[in-house]
Amino acid sequence: MSPRLTLATAGRILTQVRHDPRTIVLLLVVPALLVGLIAWIFDDTPVFDEVGPAMLGLFPFIVMFLVTSITTLRERRSGTLERLLALPLGKGDLIGGYALAFGLLATLQALVAVAWAVWVCGLSVEGEVWLLVVVAVVNGLLGTMLGLLASAFAANEFQVVQFMPLVVAPQVLLGGIFLARDEMPDVLHAISDWLPLSYSVDALSLVSSESDATGDVLLDLLVVGVFALGALVLAALTLRRRTR
Amino acid sequence: MVNYSEAVVATGLVIRRGRVEVLHGIDVHVPSGQIVGLLGPSGSGKTTLMRTIVGAQRITAGEVRVLGRPAGERSLRSAVGYMSQSPAIYDDLTVEQNLDYFRRVLRAPRADVARVIQEVGLGEVATRMVANLSGGQRSRVSLGIALLGTPRLLVLDEPTVGLDPALRQELWELFRRLADSGATLLVSSHVMDEARRCDRLLLVRDGRIVADDTPSGLLTATGATDHDDAFLRIIAHETEAAA
Ligand SMILES: Nc1ncnc2c1ncn2[C@@H]1O[C@H](COP(=O)(O)OP(=O)(O)OP(=O)(O)O)[C@@H](O)[C@H]1O
Ligand SMILES: [Mg+2]
Repeated sequence: MSPRLTLATAGRILTQVRHDPRTIVLLLVVPALLVGLIAWIFDDTPVFDEVGPAMLGLFPFIVMFLVTSITTLRERRSGTLERLLALPLGKGDLIGGYALAFGLLATLQALVAVAWAVWVCGLSVEGEVWLLVVVAVVNGLLGTMLGLLASAFAANEFQVVQFMPLVVAPQVLLGGIFLARDEMPDVLHAISDWLPLSYSVDALSLVSSESDATGDVLLDLLVVGVFALGALVLAALTLRRRTR
Repeated sequence: MVNYSEAVVATGLVIRRGRVEVLHGIDVHVPSGQIVGLLGPSGSGKTTLMRTIVGAQRITAGEVRVLGRPAGERSLRSAVGYMSQSPAIYDDLTVEQNLDYFRRVLRAPRADVARVIQEVGLGEVATRMVANLSGGQRSRVSLGIALLGTPRLLVLDEPTVGLDPALRQELWELFRRLADSGATLLVSSHVMDEARRCDRLLLVRDGRIVADDTPSGLLTATGATDHDDAFLRIIAHETEAAA
């Protein structure tokens, strides 16, 4: 792995994205719009303060999962992946390039969404606002790594889009957004312990409801980071220089 | 630097793709500094052989040595330039941006981008998005990427397909200059007219090498007047032998 090649790869991916302004706008604006919609729907109830933080983690996760899985699928299908792997590019450079490029996009997206939620929609945050951004970015990275992984198991765009409900929906349902996890049936609670999004949701609600939970939040983040790392390792294993 | 007399040596090469055996234990020799044409009917295994040489294809049995090392070895990755049959390029980048990214990956000098654009004749569209180029232009972007750096072996899978005669002529002159400067070229083609421009010809049929000769040697051996004819005669002969 070399920093120069990782940066070159990240730069190339960002240039590709830059040539598609509509995607950038959608990426930055849609999460904010949806957060705004939820705030409006639950205007006179405490619901927004309960689910709003979780939404801030959910959007980067879903969006980065989709964007990465489709970009890497295109890279596999156009032959550029095969070409790159026949060149002196490390697998780490490729994955690192993706993580860096989409990490940056996730950061921008999180900044817009968090600023909008807190200062426009009036989301009440007891803890540190920057922590919300950090959790959102880590979620975006998790989505990127899972997207890289998922693209290896999809033969085409239709399949890769179907992976989204498969990977995302159970995590959303079991993550504690709709019902606190300890109120779920035991089996589901146990399963939710093994889903990274549960820890993100926990971290986000800690940040918004408690003022001195930074330590616990970082612990949750660590768990999410380990999941992302695991997905990264598995994704690297799916990058084969030689095909059968 | 060691001067290998054979740029590619394959012995007893068997390749299975999925359930089908595509190459059936073939021996291949590509002499250094020459242009070797790889000819054969569609589906005969040309692309498979080329992918094996560049290290993108898993070897079922046998051995392939490229520039004296096992195919696909790390040290070969910047010494072998490969152009795949369908253009492996980024649609959402300009011609220059495509070349510049691959140049960085190869750690080739910045000036290579301009050199290659000139060599493949893409000067007028250098700043255009690849998605908006014609088929022949796209394939030349892909060829350009294979020419970046200083590859000692170029593996080109149908580099001139879909190009007009003038452009084909220009590219073959370029190939000849590269060979004269010491590079080895393995070029697959369907256009028999291009066969006479090669130093040697390898004829593949159904995953076997059925001829390995110079262009003129092939004409003499078959008694044919042109390479189209020679090709048909060899194929017919093989079919008889198999029957
Ligand atoms: N991914 C694959 N999986 C299984 N079989 C394959 C695959 N790709 C090619 N084959 C088979 O391997 C054989 C050789 O294919 P190959 O692409 O090497 O032929 P080719 O000589 O390059 O043909 P063309 O001139 O049409 O490009 C064919 O019978 C083809 O059907
Ligand atoms: Mg082919």
